[in-house]
Amino acid sequence: MRGLWSDRKRLWLLLGYAAASAALFAAPLYLSDFRLNLLAKFLAFAIVALGLDLLWGYTGVLSLGHGVFFGLGAYAMGMHLKLAASGGRLPDFMDWSGLTSLPWFWQPFKSFPAAVLLGILIPSLLALFLGFFTFRNRIKGVYFTILTQALVIIVTTLFVGQQAYTGGTNGLTGFTELLGSPLRSDGMKSALYLATVIALIAAYALCRYLTTSRMGKVLRAIRDGENRVRFLGYDPATYQMATFAVSGALAGLAGMLFVLHVGIISPSMMGIVPSIEMILWVAIGGRGTLVGALIGTLALNYAKSGLSEAYPEIWTIFLGALFIVVTVFLPGGIVGLIRKGAGSVRKKTGRGNAHHEPDVHPVLRGSNRSV
Amino acid sequence: MSRTSILSCEEVTVAFDGFKAVQGMSLSLDPGELRFLIGPNGAGKTTMLDVICGKVKPVSGSVSFHSRSGVVDITKRKEHKIAELGIGRKFQTPSIFAGLSVTENLEIAMSQNRSVWATLRASLTARERERIEEELALIGLADHRHTRAGLLSHGQKQWLEIGMMLMQEPEILLLDEPVAGMTDRETDKTGELLQEIVKRRTVVVVEHDMEFVRNFASKVTVMHEGRLLKDGTMDEIQRDDRVAEVYLGKGRDAHAVG
Repeated sequence: MRGLWSDRKRLWLLLGYAAASAALFAAPLYLSDFRLNLLAKFLAFAIVALGLDLLWGYTGVLSLGHGVFFGLGAYAMGMHLKLAASGGRLPDFMDWSGLTSLPWFWQPFKSFPAAVLLGILIPSLLALFLGFFTFRNRIKGVYFTILTQALVIIVTTLFVGQQAYTGGTNGLTGFTELLGSPLRSDGMKSALYLATVIALIAAYALCRYLTTSRMGKVLRAIRDGENRVRFLGYDPATYQMATFAVSGALAGLAGMLFVLHVGIISPSMMGIVPSIEMILWVAIGGRGTLVGALIGTLALNYAKSGLSEAYPEIWTIFLGALFIVVTVFLPGGIVGLIRKGAGSVRKKTGRGNAHHEPDVHPVLRGSNRSV
Repeated sequence: MSRTSILSCEEVTVAFDGFKAVQGMSLSLDPGELRFLIGPNGAGKTTMLDVICGKVKPVSGSVSFHSRSGVVDITKRKEHKIAELGIGRKFQTPSIFAGLSVTENLEIAMSQNRSVWATLRASLTARERERIEEELALIGLADHRHTRAGLLSHGQKQWLEIGMMLMQEPEILLLDEPVAGMTDRETDKTGELLQEIVKRRTVVVVEHDMEFVRNFASKVTVMHEGRLLKDGTMDEIQRDDRVAEVYLGKGRDAHAVG
């Protein structure tokens, strides 16, 4: 019975994945340029959401500082684009700030592969570094979250203050070309969109591999009871560090794609508000499920672009209200709601059983210290 | 103490800020024994378990564990090392991972390489699967293998945790009031489970439920005010005047030894 049930479930899952991938790959055919660009941006955001879900939804570590990792990736790509746009001369803002030669740390970003590598490596290593000093010292829950907020403030202040090196408040913009081709061309836009879809699928596959492996089980066990995991002989700190590093790397990757689609990166895009918004994507979609992170990101961003076009002033109020409603009434997010609905239908029709009852109260669980 | 014993505690004394919770207590376990440790509140039973699993270090006395790999002085080892050597401890409240299924709980409890890389690459081998199946059958949760542990009843959670301890292949299992809060049926099932376990391992149970002790004990150790009061079979214990006095004289647990 069980085998049959899970075979059918697997088949549906594969069909779902195939349909979703097909819809995404075919999007350039049926979406306008504007809509395609919007979707591309949201898909880049979805990559951050996956990494955050891995960290928060599965491991129970709440980071309100992912804007920084996202921003570092974005700046890495932005620096490369800026150098490409300046065509061998000093970037304009450096000129204005009185620099006469390119700073040493800008040098590697002349190369595209190096920029991509650094855009993933720097955020990942920063996460590892931060994780080393927090998780090893058993700083967790709210205290860890506050530290990530402090990280945001430190990094954004640094980026604003070092105008000569970072472009200050204005950030980096005025990009023209990537690898010798103009950024504005239709071909380039489609190529960047497809690259984003591929990156998202790869990120999803990575997260799925991690969460279904035995390591994923240990991560969920850490979420349920860190001390008990330690008592079993595992070292939760190394698991948390590894997850934080992967999560930071995914945020960096997303940031790089974001810059390519949007054409600008500034400190305000890596600040506290964007960092909190990222958490909302996961919370509203349904933490602890990868699909939830995707759905939440798309739903919230489409709602945002719709609402902020019509009523720009109420968006933030709406966002706050939504967060309260979801936390109080829908702790499992959209996915939790769907599962609950499916569960009660199954119960009514007499099929299924309590075995598959979803966990719709992960946020409210007493042992979960991160909220 | 006999030379065949698997664990021998001699003249163990434990003090907390001068208060002697255990005084000159001796305890010897034979391999494959199911030993019950009873006594009024504050007798030092739980502290004794703490000493054996390394959570508490005695101020004097010796505890030696005759493990498969040789004789070990427990008082000189760290807690997780002792667990690795083969002494498993289950605390009073069930602490299973609520978000994982029954099988997953057993899977991560299994003795294995516990590094991030190893668990990332690990997949269940046929032998491991068999091992988990065995355990599921033993603890009676085969029908609930895919149930999320958080949805199990109190008794089932306790069995799952016992199962998780067993996955680590301990030679000695220490249980602190395993049947507290269980229904009568669950209590009986737990007793049967313990009798099954002692076919391969040694088990020490701290217990308050005298009905349970009477039904399943082969050998009972009575502690009182940190000291050994009496060792023996349940019959011998029940006939002992001093034991009766300890329980009845205090007007507490009067029903305990009937």
